[in-house]
Amino acid sequence: MPVTITIPAPLRQFAGGQSQIVVDAQTAGEALDLLTATHAALRRHLFNDQNVLRNFVNVYLNDEDIRHASGPETPVKDGDTIMIVPSIAGGAVIESEVGQTLPELSNEEILRYSRHLIMPEVGMQGQRRLKAASVLMIGTGGLGAPVGMYLAAAGVGRIGIVDFDVVEESNLQRQIIHGTKDLGRRKIESARDRLRDINPHIEIETHESRLTSQNAMRLFRNYDIIVDGTDNFPTRYLVNDACVLSGKPNVYGSIFRFEGQASVFWAEKGACYRCLYPEPPPPGLVPSCAEGGVLGVLPGIVGAIQANETIKIILGAEDLLINRLLLFDAWPMKFREFKLRKDPKCPVCGEQPTIKELIDYEEFCGVAAHQTPQPDSKLEEISATELNARRLRGDKIQIIDVREPHEFEIARIPGTKLIPLGHVVSRMTEIDPEVETIVHCKGGVRSAKAIEALKRAGFSGRLINLKGGITAWSEDVDPGVAKY
Amino acid sequence: MISISESLLREIREHGVRDYPYECCGLLLGRYEADGKVVNETYPISNAREESAKRNRFLIQPEELLRGEQYARSRQLEVVGFYHSHPDSPAVPSRYDLEHAWPTYSYIIISTSEGHAGDLYSWEQEADRSRFNQEELKVTTI
Repeated sequence: MPVTITIPAPLRQFAGGQSQIVVDAQTAGEALDLLTATHAALRRHLFNDQNVLRNFVNVYLNDEDIRHASGPETPVKDGDTIMIVPSIAGGAVIESEVGQTLPELSNEEILRYSRHLIMPEVGMQGQRRLKAASVLMIGTGGLGAPVGMYLAAAGVGRIGIVDFDVVEESNLQRQIIHGTKDLGRRKIESARDRLRDINPHIEIETHESRLTSQNAMRLFRNYDIIVDGTDNFPTRYLVNDACVLSGKPNVYGSIFRFEGQASVFWAEKGACYRCLYPEPPPPGLVPSCAEGGVLGVLPGIVGAIQANETIKIILGAEDLLINRLLLFDAWPMKFREFKLRKDPKCPVCGEQPTIKELIDYEEFCGVAAHQTPQPDSKLEEISATELNARRLRGDKIQIIDVREPHEFEIARIPGTKLIPLGHVVSRMTEIDPEVETIVHCKGGVRSAKAIEALKRAGFSGRLINLKGGITAWSEDVDPGVAKY
Repeated sequence: MISISESLLREIREHGVRDYPYECCGLLLGRYEADGKVVNETYPISNAREESAKRNRFLIQPEELLRGEQYARSRQLEVVGFYHSHPDSPAVPSRYDLEHAWPTYSYIIISTSEGHAGDLYSWEQEADRSRFNQEELKVTTI
């Protein structure tokens, strides 16, 4: 069937200057094959190396895109016309590797990363970029565990880890980078061994110290990307500010109970953590995971998202979590997303920044003041050993446990009455004001709040806080009471 | 070489600033002459990419290009190239640009930032698709 192919103006020079060429074909694909057989120089502008029509090249048979018909198999009739029309796409890409020489991969590495290499989005170039990259992980806890393991497995060439903690039994429910055999070991050593086992081709640098305003800038300088796996506000603000001041992307994640958040804070390209949260919450308002609990798999999911975004940054991918806050709730199994905006008034990344060097973050978050007991004489306290002595003496006292029922199930101090914090005021009448009352929780924070609430509600009896809660009881009085 | 008037360049710059932080794009309509291309009109196009990708991708749908070509023919003109902006990035083509281009056409790229239009260059793809070459841009006063 003779069909007429219209040659687009810019390609006519590859078709002997002709604007229309007639070929005799059965299908649209055959027509293009015949066309490019006679005009070979045309072919590379229409087809890619895999001999597939380039994705921006559209072929119209009469007025219909052949992709909406049977593709190259679309039959043609006598007198049909074929038009070749590009869709115009393009755009800026972060080409940070320009002028940089990338390390070569050994045959062993090529085999190891083969599932990456066969995807054009990674490929040899991308894998070499991963090898050339360096990432600093703050913390090797719940988030740091999957981050470290996936980055190591992916072949990120140099991974730094910062931690000062020791592996404890209660870590193992979620911190899968550490194992039972590591109990009591320093976390950086346990993590280093695990990462080396996963991938011996990468470098691992350990920094055994708390991240502070004194060492953060020096540590960050040697890495391309910082991954925040911390569990407290002072360090989170410290990581953010140090990233802004050193121009590094901050791959953020946080978790609590069943909920997680993730984002990429990169001041050059979008909002930073302070644009989102200019001020920390009042100390004690947001409970820590130790206080509120966390589903073990949650940091696995959020940390894996952080690892994903880190790898995308290295590969120069699009659609990073920049200016996007991803919220995840594991219980209803829902993801939500919020748009973020850079705050022009942000004190650290705004137009007129007031924070030009790192500050005292404990003070900024009010933690220092919070941890040292206030000179507030109104809060009476008792230690676990004293309480035990008074009980043994047979003093007339009552102990109120303000934890949640499921915590009561795990461990309890004998002879206590359970009234969860949320009910303590409504059930105030169950507490005898004539008898001295000791209030306790897990660590002493919620019980102090309960005492405050009771006093405000007009409770007339004497209220004493058990310092260190049931944890102190287990440590100092009865190790038979389980710690959690 | 591509010839374009100062006033058309100003239109392109204004379009880029207006659409910041997203990419703007449009067609360059004119004539292929013996000594290069002459632009007579610009034809701004709404960016068809979804919101999230607009910042660093733009797309002129084939249907839109066909409409633009039709309009050009009605004015005895042809599509001689395209313009687009690179918000907060230099006015040089990316690898992505290279993969999605044809030779002969002019690709004008303008670097934009908040309220400001920066460098503007025109690029032409090498016939073997291997790279872009900067194209001489002749600014006329008409």
